[in-house]
Amino acid sequence: MLSIKDLQVAFRTRKGEVSAVRGISFELARGERLGIVGESGSGKSVTSYALMRILDANGRIKAGDAVYSGIDLRKAAERDMRDLRGREISMIFQNPRAALNPIRKVGHQIEDVLRQHARATRQDARQKAIAALEAVKIRDAEARYDAYPFELSGGMCQRVVCAIALACDPKLMIMDEPTTGLDITTQKAVMDLVDELVTARGMSSILITHDLGLASEYCDRIVVMKDGQIVEEGAPQLLLSAPQHPYTRKLVDATPRRGVTIRELLPQEERRPLAPHVVAETPLLEVRNLTKTYQGKSGPVHAVRDISFTIREGQSVGLVGESGCGKSTTSAMLVRLLDPTSGQLLYRGEDLAQMPAADFARNPLRGKIQMVFQDATDSLNPRHTSRQSIAEPLKRMTDLRGAALAARVEELASVTGLPEHLLDRFPHQLSGGQKARVGIARAIATEPDFLILDEPTAALDVSIQAVALNLLADLRARLGMSYLFVSHDLNVVRMLCDHVIVMKGGEIVDAGPVEQVMDSPSHPYTRELLEAAPQVPIPTAAA
Amino acid sequence: MGARGTAIGLRIAQAIPVLFGVIVISFLLTRALPGDPAAQFAGAMATEESIEQVRTSLGLDKPLVTQFGLYLGQLARGDLGQSVSTGQPVIEELASRLPASLELTLFALILSCAVAIPLGVLAATRPGSWVDQLCRLLVTAGVSLPTFFTGIVLVYVFYYLLGIAPSPLGRLDFIYLDPPHVTGFFLIDAALAGDWETWFGALKQLILPGLTLALFTLAPIARMTRAAMLSALSADYVRTARAAGLAPRKVLYGYAFRNALLPVVTTLGMVFSFVLGANVLVEKVFAWPGIGSYAVEALVVSDYAAVQGFVLSMALLFVLLNLIIDLAYSVIDPRFGTSAK
Repeated sequence: MLSIKDLQVAFRTRKGEVSAVRGISFELARGERLGIVGESGSGKSVTSYALMRILDANGRIKAGDAVYSGIDLRKAAERDMRDLRGREISMIFQNPRAALNPIRKVGHQIEDVLRQHARATRQDARQKAIAALEAVKIRDAEARYDAYPFELSGGMCQRVVCAIALACDPKLMIMDEPTTGLDITTQKAVMDLVDELVTARGMSSILITHDLGLASEYCDRIVVMKDGQIVEEGAPQLLLSAPQHPYTRKLVDATPRRGVTIRELLPQEERRPLAPHVVAETPLLEVRNLTKTYQGKSGPVHAVRDISFTIREGQSVGLVGESGCGKSTTSAMLVRLLDPTSGQLLYRGEDLAQMPAADFARNPLRGKIQMVFQDATDSLNPRHTSRQSIAEPLKRMTDLRGAALAARVEELASVTGLPEHLLDRFPHQLSGGQKARVGIARAIATEPDFLILDEPTAALDVSIQAVALNLLADLRARLGMSYLFVSHDLNVVRMLCDHVIVMKGGEIVDAGPVEQVMDSPSHPYTRELLEAAPQVPIPTAAA
Repeated sequence: MGARGTAIGLRIAQAIPVLFGVIVISFLLTRALPGDPAAQFAGAMATEESIEQVRTSLGLDKPLVTQFGLYLGQLARGDLGQSVSTGQPVIEELASRLPASLELTLFALILSCAVAIPLGVLAATRPGSWVDQLCRLLVTAGVSLPTFFTGIVLVYVFYYLLGIAPSPLGRLDFIYLDPPHVTGFFLIDAALAGDWETWFGALKQLILPGLTLALFTLAPIARMTRAAMLSALSADYVRTARAAGLAPRKVLYGYAFRNALLPVVTTLGMVFSFVLGANVLVEKVFAWPGIGSYAVEALVVSDYAAVQGFVLSMALLFVLLNLIIDLAYSVIDPRFGTSAK
């Protein structure tokens, strides 16, 4: 049905031509579900854009063939391509909310596609659009027709994007990281739905993802891409349990999964023994009856309701839950950027909740409670070099100046594994992993006892995430810090944390030691979360 | 819809304290102007007594608070006082001059939008092409040439050299009679009266000053349109629309342009405000009987009532304009008034 031979795609940039895809070939049979797996920059998305011929203006297909049902996608006229898009080949994208026109009713956006491909007339467009919404199992489709994207949840938006993609009964569905930015249970719901529809309609699909677990669950065959080339392909079970190519091996190793230690995420030759971290009995931070209520337009919104827990010295506590469960509000209150409505935050017995968040910056304890932010790129000042970023808290909180300050910054860089020559670079000159190191170095600069990690690896590729997680584990053992690790990835929490708290709707629904909560989950919600997480087949020992 | 309605209502309510603030400030500012109005009006030959007499008759001998109270009372009755230099009620003079300024400004803005928005859209769809370069050139020329200079050049070329433009003396050549006053906008009044000869006469007078102002306002509008279109065209939803096979026209206008309109409308509001204040230069060059030249003349002779009236009517206009912009926003953007915006 689709056959790609030696496809090459290049982009013209200021620094000359950059090839994004360098000669890849694969075939897709009717009804087959193909997965393209790779890390960022591997050219997997570009491949799909090239197939649809929706590359940016500076990109072009340099060589190779792409034939869909006898149509040469490379040579076809733009007019024919337009008929093909949406009717024969459809696409859904990551970040569904941004993928919809923010100021057009979702029903009208579906109608646009139906009308374009002459699947509906002015008279029956509305009715057909509602039918399309019903097909993706949107409840109360009639009312949703008039909704704008901002009025819908992320999962709902992705269903609408699916409705647009499926409205004209295409034969091939391309999914470009369809679940990035969605919660783990929503991810499962959306993927199950799409999979069901694709199978029921006898369509073929291409799933582009960085998540090996997702690909192995929803694909019949996987190709692994690296630097614009296919390094390995095969059935998911075989490919992932006995990867042949070293890159696939590395990718499989780095994917967090059940029954694996944090060191085992790293390539075999880099696995040094992990120093154990000591958990003391003395509590470092006691959270008592913490509540945060916002005044919403339609009455008070309870973001966090009456939660209590204790973090002991040296302990790592995982905080998991879906978006809107209150985990970000909780971490913002703990790091004293947000004032709680009521409750106590006892840090070594001293109640921090009494101090307004606005004044906390001048408190000496500010240096003891630090945070690593979610997006390493956005949380660094783009006009500051790494050195300036790391030195910033030192200048504010300590008396270090001049040579002593420079020495401390260099020490921090070496502790976090940031090469010294990178200290004078700006964020845009650093890779994702290097930026993560700068963020961590900045957070530990004032020798905090308590570090709040807000999904610190969510934006990173798995292999870089593996390195970052190991760095955090090493630092914890070396500096004796306590962590509050906020994450939606239960597999990561399982590896890094001693204790785990599960939140839902602003309340703690489940808590306890990691082994107890995760291996024999007693609470139904915890079980639901665990089941929604895609699992990678565990590789056999033989390489 | 409820949230939107509330937001609009709130927006209107917000205008009230702003207006009161403007009344206070304009009142105080005019009092703070250098020069003694009483001495000015009494004339050069006045004695101490006659100056005092004028002061009493103008109410200037009373304490500021009392003066302000009197002023508020007058305002409530729609009385803006009398211009001491012309002897006319300020409100009447403003009523005849404000439409002149508004007509000129609106005409210039419509002209400017008609050129700038398509130009910006074209430039954004073909970055680096000749349209883009032309856009850049026009924009640079537009901002770098001061209005009084372009005005004079246009008069020189089209009136003096080519002789195709009428003499740059006001809103209507003396051979025409003013159209019957309905809105004060000559183009509209003439059209309402069905007097097309006068309509063309008024249009001819309007073209050169309108062009001058339009050139000046072209730059921000074209640049904003281009930038907004570029970012809209690279947005995810445009990619979705393309991937769904929508026709380029639909993608460009239905998806990208409507989203790009939001920042353009904001810019338009800003441009309108500053042009309304800045067109005094154009009014001077073309002897346009507008509100700008009126205010400058009043200011020179410390004509309290006239200056206050001017400031107040401008403030009213700005508040109204911002209201219109926000209402336009609420029409274009469904997120208006909700937490998403």
